Amino acid sequence: MSTVANQQGLTDKGLGYKAHSIGGFRFERDEYFAHIFYPGGRHIMPVDAFLRALMRDVAWGFFYGTVNFDNVFGTVNHYGTVEMFIGLFNEAYRSTNRHHVETFESKDLKKVFEQMLQDWVNEGFDPFAAPDETGAPFGAKKGNNTKAIQRQRMVADRMVGLPGDLGYRTDQNGYPLNRQFQDIPTDQPEVHAEPGFEKDVHAYNFFNYVARSDVTWNPSVVSCVKDSQFCATTEEHILPITHGNDRVEWFIQATDEIIWDIDDRATGKPRAKVVMKAGDVAAMPADIRHRGYSPKRSILIVWENNDGTLPQKYASGQLKPYPVEF
Amino acid sequence: MSTQKTYFGSLEKYQKGAVEVLADDPKNYAFSNIFEVASTSKPYEKVAVGKNLKYVIEALRAEGTSPWFACAHDEAALCMDGEIEVHYVKPDQAPVAANKEGTVKLSAEPKGTKMGWVKIRRGHQALLPAGAAYQFRAAGKPGVLLVQTILGDATVEKWAEICQTKA
Ligand SMILES: [Fe+2]
Repeated sequence: MSTVANQQGLTDKGLGYKAHSIGGFRFERDEYFAHIFYPGGRHIMPVDAFLRALMRDVAWGFFYGTVNFDNVFGTVNHYGTVEMFIGLFNEAYRSTNRHHVETFESKDLKKVFEQMLQDWVNEGFDPFAAPDETGAPFGAKKGNNTKAIQRQRMVADRMVGLPGDLGYRTDQNGYPLNRQFQDIPTDQPEVHAEPGFEKDVHAYNFFNYVARSDVTWNPSVVSCVKDSQFCATTEEHILPITHGNDRVEWFIQATDEIIWDIDDRATGKPRAKVVMKAGDVAAMPADIRHRGYSPKRSILIVWENNDGTLPQKYASGQLKPYPVEF
Repeated sequence: MSTQKTYFGSLEKYQKGAVEVLADDPKNYAFSNIFEVASTSKPYEKVAVGKNLKYVIEALRAEGTSPWFACAHDEAALCMDGEIEVHYVKPDQAPVAANKEGTVKLSAEPKGTKMGWVKIRRGHQALLPAGAAYQFRAAGKPGVLLVQTILGDATVEKWAEICQTKA
């Protein structure tokens, strides 16, 4: 009789899920958990939280800066390459040198993440939906939900509804008002464009457009002024990631209420809570990470500066982490 | 089916949240409320409530008829309260240099071609297209506009007055 040590892998329970690997990382799932194995250790996350975070990271193309799945595991976007890390922004891991970081081509990591979503998201579970709107992700493998996981982030070039730009969401094209926005006014603005000025004289019902979003915590660009982007999103329950931006971003709370936990970007130490109600505007400094809680589905405008030179300027200290001095 | 009502703010009725500091300076968050700002502003004063390097967002109290404005690049105006008309003119002679950023306040309506007009209410967003001159008209009760633009001559910065400064 002999026993074989199997520290670096799960006991196969015949649940039907594949393991997914890239570099020194290997991901396995069971009925309740995602297990992340890396040289020197392992990390474990509830599979529902893991899949919701993974979905955002993939759909956003690794987003701006750091996407923390929790306080240990995540990705840093370098716009072409991505760092995947364990403990990089965790004081305990860093001070004991237990952190682990590998760099990948964005397209390679995206492919592995997409395969993992395809394999691990069961029929009936939509990782973009609020928990009250979808089924549970637990248990053995059961079908898939390809349609839900292939949604792309929507981006307007100039403004939603302009000829040739991002179109409206309507009942007819599969975007009804969300159950929690049944009382949003759907009236249309009056638009009187003289002939030849239809591409310039333009207005639309922004609240109605956003209230028909079928996803949560997924900013989509509605209007642009050069690199200034209004990214509108409907929020409900918890932001599935903790975002550590590589630049300053701003929030404009358009309806209802979100409570934000603000922690230090590098260490994760709590710094503040920001309570935002309709009409409130707040900056998110470049040296923090934030996670939001939206008790009712709410409309949030995330205001981003898409200037590609900014990450280096903030990282080098050339720009201060806060946006205004007074 | 949810029975929770959607909560909108307005000039007449808004609630304001706050930065609750643990180990931080609330000034880092430049926290303000656009309805509060508009309730103390002069009509069409373009008060910056957000600034990301050269880019700004401005809260405007829409009351009566505004001056004519012009801008060399696109801007966007989101109505957060009230009912506001935007009238557009394509000036015969560009009132603003092509490379100038931010809104320019004009002394009068420029000579040019009428482009049309829009009427927006709460939740509606209007384009303020590059190269056009425009005027806001709010005949009824005062409203609030949130303008996405670039810091310019007409932008008013009064952060210490509008932002939370103390824990
Ligand atoms: Fe963010």
